[in-house]
Amino acid sequence: MTYVLKRLGALAAVLVVSSFIVFSGMYLAPGSPEQFLVQGRTVSPEVLASIRAQYGLDDPFLIRYWNWLMDVLQGDLGRSLLTQQDVSALVASRLPTTLFLAAFAAILITVLGVGLGVLAATRSGAFEKLVVFGSNLGFAVPTFFAALVLMFVFGSNLGWFPVSGSGEGFADRLWHLTLPAIALAFPGIAVVARITRTAVREEQGSEHVIMAIARGVPKQFVLWRHTIRNSMLPVTTVLGTNIAGLLASAFVIEYAFTLDGIGSLLVNSVQKKDFAVVQAIALIMVLAFGLINLIVDLLYAVIDPRVRLSKGAAAR
Amino acid sequence: MTQQKMKRDPGANTSAQDTVAVQLLRKHRNDVPVSGWRLLAKRLGPVGLISLGIIALVVLMAILAPVIAPYDPYEGSVTARHEAWSLAHLMGTDQSGRDILSRIIWGARTSLIGPTIVILVTAFLATTLALTAVWFGGRVDALISRMLDILFAFPNMLLAILAVAIFGPSLLTASIALAIGFTPYSARVIRSVALRERNLPYVASAQLQGISGFVITVRHILPNVRTQILTGMTINFGYAMIELAALSFLGLGVQPPTPDWGLMVSNGQASLQQGYWEQSIFAGLAIVITVAAFGYVGEQLGGRRASGRTR
Repeated sequence: MTYVLKRLGALAAVLVVSSFIVFSGMYLAPGSPEQFLVQGRTVSPEVLASIRAQYGLDDPFLIRYWNWLMDVLQGDLGRSLLTQQDVSALVASRLPTTLFLAAFAAILITVLGVGLGVLAATRSGAFEKLVVFGSNLGFAVPTFFAALVLMFVFGSNLGWFPVSGSGEGFADRLWHLTLPAIALAFPGIAVVARITRTAVREEQGSEHVIMAIARGVPKQFVLWRHTIRNSMLPVTTVLGTNIAGLLASAFVIEYAFTLDGIGSLLVNSVQKKDFAVVQAIALIMVLAFGLINLIVDLLYAVIDPRVRLSKGAAAR
Repeated sequence: MTQQKMKRDPGANTSAQDTVAVQLLRKHRNDVPVSGWRLLAKRLGPVGLISLGIIALVVLMAILAPVIAPYDPYEGSVTARHEAWSLAHLMGTDQSGRDILSRIIWGARTSLIGPTIVILVTAFLATTLALTAVWFGGRVDALISRMLDILFAFPNMLLAILAVAIFGPSLLTASIALAIGFTPYSARVIRSVALRERNLPYVASAQLQGISGFVITVRHILPNVRTQILTGMTINFGYAMIELAALSFLGLGVQPPTPDWGLMVSNGQASLQQGYWEQSIFAGLAIVITVAAFGYVGEQLGGRRASGRTR
């Protein structure tokens, strides 16, 4: 429990530092914000001054940071510089699509990655070779390329799936997000399948497994209880980093399929230099990334009792 | 398999007949340091050698682009739009009538320069940070480790996008930001290896002789972490290429009309929907093959499982 609290504290510290980095980064950006706000129109100095006052641009840097941080803590992420919309509302309206997409891809990675890896490890022959080859090549396929190929084959040519939009309602959304989720999960599946196969293979050769087989323990029992369960530790690490990475790589896919998630919002905001939105999304992503990594670390303790016992000492 | 071989060759000893010395030799034959090309070839294996060949080919393509590209990569023609592959245009032409093969050959330049910047900057930053942390230890080590922990909290792509948001889209900006994002991963590996080296008696004895910390680090510790640095660079190259291509795809990296593989995949998206698959597919395949080659070589060099990495 202290471990969890410590980790949460570390996460909070990281968030404060990264919020500072993100905020000062936007502060350092070339071109003054009020120039951006007036969009190149010539305005009188009085108007400029009123804009500066409205956005608090005359305050010292640290005070502005402090005000911004306090607002963020109260759930107020500011207003979009471009559309004057409330950023919190904007992000909240976009978040479900991204979460759905990431969760969908995470399930695909877990089921297909671990499944293919275990299958490849337990039965040799052509299937194993295929999985090994596929996973060696698969990690090299950029998600956006996979997206385009899937769109071309299943969207345009076969017409099985829609190639844009994210759909309404659960079933429709599932149907709309199938291709994006597959494209997003593709490199993850390859990496996880490969690690799973190696881990299971290593475990199969370990002494306790050979011993169990020698003692006549049923094969299936040895496989599930002794081999696969023990080999899941390295798999969890890779699974975790891949799933945490999904949120960040989702915006490429969202952009390719023109989905209305926070990723495409981020890309559009960067292109249009809407810094309020960029700041907000960056913070949310750092938070989500940190939370997922924390959950993965806690999962260790669930999977492996040894970790649970030594955690108190190992906790930093 | 070995059994059959032994039957056919009656002169060969079975392991039972070997003397202890021979058995030891056999057990440790992989530990004997063989230097140079033969070692490299052995580590790589046949697939690795092919991968190395592919890498060499891509690099040659980038260097010799002006000589071997059949057409000007920038010059299109309105009459020759979306031509299918033919003898005149081996990979067809794109939406502006430019020769796709020529653009892929020229694109090798931008597509290789970006990742090269990334791995050089990463290697420099990671090595400097890791060796400084290891040499001084204590507070310095703790400080650097905290810094790296904070960097870990940023997904690489997010860092690159933020940099682009601040400094405007360019290949250099994206590459340096990506390099900073890669640094903690490399630094952690180098640090752990260097730490082992730091605690060896010879380092302490060198210190007693009054050799400065900088000299010991550069002359003695650095050569011993060389393998880790080089392996990291090779593996990072592939990841960097994918991520830079993704940035170009989003319009945040290389800007048109510069030929670049990621950008070409993006440019071909509209044509792909209309059935003109050549540009996107060929450019995408160029990325896949190059990245796979770098990944395989890096993995074989490192001799360990590829670790999962966040994008």
